[in-house]
Amino acid sequence: MSKITEAFSSGKAFIAFLTAGDPSKEKTVEFILAMEEAGADIIEIGIPFSDPIAEGQVIQNANIRALSCGVHTDDIFDLVGDIRRKSDVPLAFLTYINPVFYYGYDKFFKKCKELGINGIIIPDLPYEEKGEISEIAKKYDVDLISLIAPTSKDRIKMIAKESKGFIYLVSSMGVTGVRSEIKTNLEDIISEIKKVTDVPVAVGFGVNTPEQSKNIVKLSDGVIVGSAIVKIIEKYGNNAEPYLKEYVATMKDATRI
Amino acid sequence: MNKGRYGVYGGQYIPETLMNELLNLEKQYNFYKNDFEFKKKLQTLLNQYAGRPSLLYYARRMTKRLGGAKIYLKREDLNHTGSHKINNVLGQTLLAKKMGKTRVIAETGAGQHGVATATAAAFLDMECEIFMGEEDIERQALNVYRMELLGAKVNPVSSGTKTLKDAVNETMREWSTRVHDTHYVLGSVMGPHPFPMIVRDFQSVIGEEIRKQLFEYESKLPTAIVACVGGGSNAIGSFYNFIGDEKVKLVGCEAGGEGIDTEYHAASITKGEVGIFHGMKSYFCQGNYGQIAPVYSISAGLDYPGIGPEHAYLHDTGRAEYVPITDAEAVEGFEFLAKSEGIICAIESAHAIAQAMKMAKTMDKEDIIVVCLSGRGDKDAESIQKYKLAKSKNNNSDNSHMGGI
Repeated sequence: MSKITEAFSSGKAFIAFLTAGDPSKEKTVEFILAMEEAGADIIEIGIPFSDPIAEGQVIQNANIRALSCGVHTDDIFDLVGDIRRKSDVPLAFLTYINPVFYYGYDKFFKKCKELGINGIIIPDLPYEEKGEISEIAKKYDVDLISLIAPTSKDRIKMIAKESKGFIYLVSSMGVTGVRSEIKTNLEDIISEIKKVTDVPVAVGFGVNTPEQSKNIVKLSDGVIVGSAIVKIIEKYGNNAEPYLKEYVATMKDATRI
Repeated sequence: MNKGRYGVYGGQYIPETLMNELLNLEKQYNFYKNDFEFKKKLQTLLNQYAGRPSLLYYARRMTKRLGGAKIYLKREDLNHTGSHKINNVLGQTLLAKKMGKTRVIAETGAGQHGVATATAAAFLDMECEIFMGEEDIERQALNVYRMELLGAKVNPVSSGTKTLKDAVNETMREWSTRVHDTHYVLGSVMGPHPFPMIVRDFQSVIGEEIRKQLFEYESKLPTAIVACVGGGSNAIGSFYNFIGDEKVKLVGCEAGGEGIDTEYHAASITKGEVGIFHGMKSYFCQGNYGQIAPVYSISAGLDYPGIGPEHAYLHDTGRAEYVPITDAEAVEGFEFLAKSEGIICAIESAHAIAQAMKMAKTMDKEDIIVVCLSGRGDKDAESIQKYKLAKSKNNNSDNSHMGGI
């Protein structure tokens, strides 16, 4: 079992996202360790991209903040090294295909393995194009995490069958960002998925309150929170650590049912 | 892996949320492109509403002044709404209507595609929203008013470089929010499959007409076809029917901005590298670990960091040649055409005029260059006036970049 999948074996998983380099490399390390301590089971590290088309305003702004401090892919590998010296928490990158392509697929995934990145999520790499990297990712033991959307319908089984690590179920149409209500019928999608795979399903996009978290883990194996965390970092900047800890602890508690 | 590919280029690098919509679009398009009723309706619209066929005009004075090859202008500027954009828009909007959509959205740079989309939406009774970078809204104020007049909502895009690339980002985001009733009328031969194919097919009427008209006038093929390239829709539309005629030279003109040795250009093939962005693998201006570079051109319509995948392929195979044309050269072409032929063309198309001016001199009198005059220049008159003014002031001080005019 991969390290990512294992994170789901002791109850429902709480998956936390932040953008690397926002507000600085050092703070990213500090925040990740704090979120792990507060109960996050997997951390998604966003490699910032100039044009993140699947992101809403909050994460777009975090990308801009990170890039304007000059953070780049090698810096992010460095900070992963710093984290790994202190923590064993499962880590996944979230980025767009171009930064990975530009770095060189083999070089990128080799580095992921060396430093201990366990998975990768690429929103602009759908099932049809995953051949770009699936073999290389496999060679270096990095789970290529598949996304399933409310519009996936007849594609659900095809995607689920080949999924690795966990399945990222996109809760809503549109881009990332805090939503007050999630209207998609997740239950039907999840039962479709469960027919063909044992890979755990985590739900993301829009999740921000403990109440939502609680409801989602009744149906799924985990919950992913990004924008709400990034908002805390946006608000408190260098001093965000205690607020992140408090928020993550509350959200993690809500998943214990 | 091979669907929608031009060599290694193209593909469908797009979020899962949009995949079923793209697959459906492809299926519907493949059906309707062979549907007699659909083809008839589109042809009628092109002829009776857009004013096709557009003229192939022999530029006698321009030819004489340059003293070389004969120059013909394919007058897409005379189409309804003032550019080639209407060819694609009528096709896509009609298709969207057939697909049961009630709303269209589109990005726009110079505003030509936005105006064309707003026009088709008004005419075909559909809701319309246009996304346009704040910087472009400023430099193309007239087109913003035209879109609003046509009943479209124009959404300013304030992210990133506030130009065409960011308008595409925002339109894609909007589309992923609402696919059930909305079609994204992509304006160029770019983005994920099937868009590069659909837009090329709808634009290839340009080249079909060139072939027919030139044969009527000269009983031969052109020596060269020259067109400007942002995403590359008027260029592929002009080139497509001649790809098999290997003697016909195909030349695309990229935005060289302040010069390709400065940071201020949008020359994706000349200076860019292969990458994956906006749904396609192609050439992009990029740097710093694969971040998409901010680009610059005097022309809002060419101010885009990438190029359509089929152009990338034509470049690699050597079938077409892509050359950078600077702002200064384009402005010179703009003025030359106005003074010699009494035609004020779009600053985008002026890039192609500038290239034809360079080429014609070196060619024989029997040679023929067809330039795709993709749009008319009313929208640009004011900003070129400002450019000239700033340039004459600058010449007295330094050579700093003219962006933000």
